[in-house]
Amino acid sequence: MFKQFADYLTFSLMGLVPGSRVGEALNFFIYDTLKIFFLLIVMIYLIGLVRVSLPVERVRAYLAGKHRLVGYFLGSVFGAITPFCSCSSIPVFLGFISAGIPVGMTMAFLLTSPLINEIAVILLLSLVGWKITLLYILIGLGVGIIGGLFLDAIKAERLLQGFARKVYEEGQHAHLETVEKKRITMMDRHHFAKRELAEVFGRIWIWVIIGVGVGAGLHGFVPDTWFETHLGAGQWWSVPVATLIGIPLYSNATAVIPVMESLIVKGLPLGTTLAFCMSTVAASIPEFVMLKQVMQWRLLAIVFVMLLTAFTVVGWALNAFS
Amino acid sequence: MKLEVLGTGCAKCKTLFENVQKALASAGKEAELVKVEDIATIMKYGVMSTPALVKDGKVLFSGRLATPDEIAGML
Repeated sequence: MFKQFADYLTFSLMGLVPGSRVGEALNFFIYDTLKIFFLLIVMIYLIGLVRVSLPVERVRAYLAGKHRLVGYFLGSVFGAITPFCSCSSIPVFLGFISAGIPVGMTMAFLLTSPLINEIAVILLLSLVGWKITLLYILIGLGVGIIGGLFLDAIKAERLLQGFARKVYEEGQHAHLETVEKKRITMMDRHHFAKRELAEVFGRIWIWVIIGVGVGAGLHGFVPDTWFETHLGAGQWWSVPVATLIGIPLYSNATAVIPVMESLIVKGLPLGTTLAFCMSTVAASIPEFVMLKQVMQWRLLAIVFVMLLTAFTVVGWALNAFS
Repeated sequence: MKLEVLGTGCAKCKTLFENVQKALASAGKEAELVKVEDIATIMKYGVMSTPALVKDGKVLFSGRLATPDEIAGML
């Protein structure tokens, strides 16, 4: 349906020649944008219906007092499925540690959150297939869990800012009042989902267009074997370089995944592509500036290096085995 | 009545602040309206997801936006 419409628009209405660079790039752009918009609208609404019963307060109550090993895993998983805007990172961080949740478990939650969310998964599934989607999710969870474990192993709470450390110490004896459960009617769910759809879509549509636009540019203008020749799996340095390039390119999963599709199609090795995309999404400078409010520079630097190392190692491993 | 908009300064928090202003204007009500960006104060209300709206020390809602009409209804 979208394919026919895109063909009609580019080749019939605008009279571009199939197979020409501009024609193919534009055709790809229209097709991808329409398909993604359609999927997003349907899925954000459906997920909103379910998600109304998972506010971050309940996640906190659930995580507090969980055994550590289970906690890292759950922290990561909840990071993936709980809705919260990145501007809430700091309140969430303090809220969690004030409830006695270890810093590492809290960071597992915060690290996974931008990497995996429903929008990323929808885009991945529709653009690169279920195998890479599954791989992406497992790596995202893995980085969150191992990162969390590592931060607790080095006692990261020592490196919090003064007031945050106090919050943490007081939290060790905190008793959380239980979160009351409210009855949620179908109508409540509908309203929540509608509001969520308007809000999320209003925020990300421009990113989809940018992402697909860059992807379409790559699709139409980069020769098919260019990446394979210049940045193939044989060049070991291409993975750390891709990870480093990803840092200043501050973006979110919505914009990066369409680009990722084009990179893979053009023969960039899977490991290099994933390393690049994940570092773009997870290691962003604005996010780190925000975390500076609660963390000392040393801890920030540790988290940063930890992420870069993780993405590089994952990239190498994937390139070696794929 | 004292109204506080809690938020660390993101776009949504500004929108909520404006919506509260509109709600007050359309309902013809007077209130002391402040924007709270200090993280320690936000924590005191136990709010983890911003933006949030507080009326006379009581959290009305958090983690979302509300339309001017909706806010007017709550006041």
